[in-house]
Amino acid sequence: MLELQNVNWTLPTGEVIIENLNLRIPAGKLSVVTGPNGGGKTTLAKLIAGLVQPTAGRIYYKGDDITDLDITQRARLGISFGFQTPVRFKGLTVQGLLETAAGRGLSFDELCELTGMVGLCTVDYIDRDVDVSLSGGEIKRVEIASVLARGTALSIFDEPEAGIDMWSFNGLVEVFSGLKNQGKTLIVISHQQRLLDIADEIIVLSAGHLRDQGPKDEVMPGLLAGEIAGHCPVGRKESA
Amino acid sequence: MKNIVPLSPIAEGLLKTVAGYDGEFKGAYNIRQDTECAGRRSSDNIKILPHREGKPGIEIHVAPGTKEETVFIPATVTRGDVADLTYNDFYIGEEASVIIVAGCGVHTDDDLEAKHNGVHRFFVGKNASVLYEEKHIGEGSGTGRRRIDPVSDIYLEEGARMTMDTIQLSGVDYTDRVTTAALKARAKLIVRERLMTTGEELAKTRFDVVLEGEDSGCDLVSRSVARGQSRQEFFSRVVGKARCHGHSACDAIVADEAVVTAAPQLDALSPDAALIHEAAIGKIAGEQILKLRTLGLTEEEAEAKIVEGFLK
Repeated sequence: MLELQNVNWTLPTGEVIIENLNLRIPAGKLSVVTGPNGGGKTTLAKLIAGLVQPTAGRIYYKGDDITDLDITQRARLGISFGFQTPVRFKGLTVQGLLETAAGRGLSFDELCELTGMVGLCTVDYIDRDVDVSLSGGEIKRVEIASVLARGTALSIFDEPEAGIDMWSFNGLVEVFSGLKNQGKTLIVISHQQRLLDIADEIIVLSAGHLRDQGPKDEVMPGLLAGEIAGHCPVGRKESA
Repeated sequence: MKNIVPLSPIAEGLLKTVAGYDGEFKGAYNIRQDTECAGRRSSDNIKILPHREGKPGIEIHVAPGTKEETVFIPATVTRGDVADLTYNDFYIGEEASVIIVAGCGVHTDDDLEAKHNGVHRFFVGKNASVLYEEKHIGEGSGTGRRRIDPVSDIYLEEGARMTMDTIQLSGVDYTDRVTTAALKARAKLIVRERLMTTGEELAKTRFDVVLEGEDSGCDLVSRSVARGQSRQEFFSRVVGKARCHGHSACDAIVADEAVVTAAPQLDALSPDAALIHEAAIGKIAGEQILKLRTLGLTEEEAEAKIVEGFLK
């Protein structure tokens, strides 16, 4: 489905964020990417969606080299990306955003289904602007709904649990399970046990390297072993 | 009443754009065309009369208790070398609620200026409610300047409420808008201004609002997009003389070589006056474009979508 070959991403300052990453994401599975903060997880998601371009290496989607495709082109190929920190828009309503995502007008029933999946009441929200009037949890749900509205073959969610209350999160776990059962490919960056539990595969990224990848039962026991804790660049360099 | 001139095709086109004209207006109306009158009708509750001081323009009298009636007072300038000046006074009776559809279109096909200057005074009675809708547009193939300079002086009695919804999206080379308001107790003024300038257009907006009475309030929100080499200047002054709430906001998206100036002023003349101003000026946020591109839009489509929503 998706393959990264020797992918590197280095900041202009020379700091290496992703180094020689080789990764295969299986089709129709839920892969959860986890690992310590600053390990390169969000950068990995942005590399796949095209928000950043690798400084070296190639990315293949369904066998085609998409490395040189821009964000729009990748989106149109069927790659969706839910931002960790949702973007706010003055004047764009929830309905407007979801219809933009879907690429067409949506019926009330369709809007109900989408907003219901993320635990929002349609009537209360479709006319609301996607701006600062929405709380952190509300806008995060709208962000997730915008990805769901696209219904693409591959969806990437960057920490979908952030700001979502426990009750809504249970619903979200069901949504991800449902998508998986429909044969969709999901990459979810998360630290949530509930999501790790339903993952087909766990990818551990640490200090820009693939630390581990495999079925949950194999990866989980070693997940916390061997980490040098913290954000200290010196420590990270040594661990790498 | 003055002689009625026939409505010209250019004026008819402008009226469609600025006032939703579809061959007739339902209710009371006055159509102004090149300094003259191209149609006038009063209704039972809304009387349109010549200006009492003999000035060019009209008086609009809305009877007390009138409910949800609409009056249309659009103005058109259909050619260059016309400088239209009109004085329109609105007397809104107590407890009345009325929608005023104004709007102005200026058209020139030559190198001479087409100008409309509308001076409006609103005397809004106790507990009356006014929705004032105004759309401005400039058209025509000529190089002559298209200019609209509206002046609005608003007097709100106790409990009165006025909402001004103004929009200028294209073709007006120069506009200098001045709005003043004085509010008595519990009166509310809401302004929603949307503005887009391109080319070398210049748009100035000045608000001067005095919250005189207890529990009066205003909410002035200006959203604008400046492109090309256009310039926009936004000045607002909100004076609180009593326990009151005043809010003004200026949001502008700037692109190309355009320049936007925003200068708010808040004067709290009472310790119980709560006054707030917000201003945000800058180019379209890059992350907004990124988000919409991840939904499949091109960069150009994303920009258009953002501007469309911003000015809706």
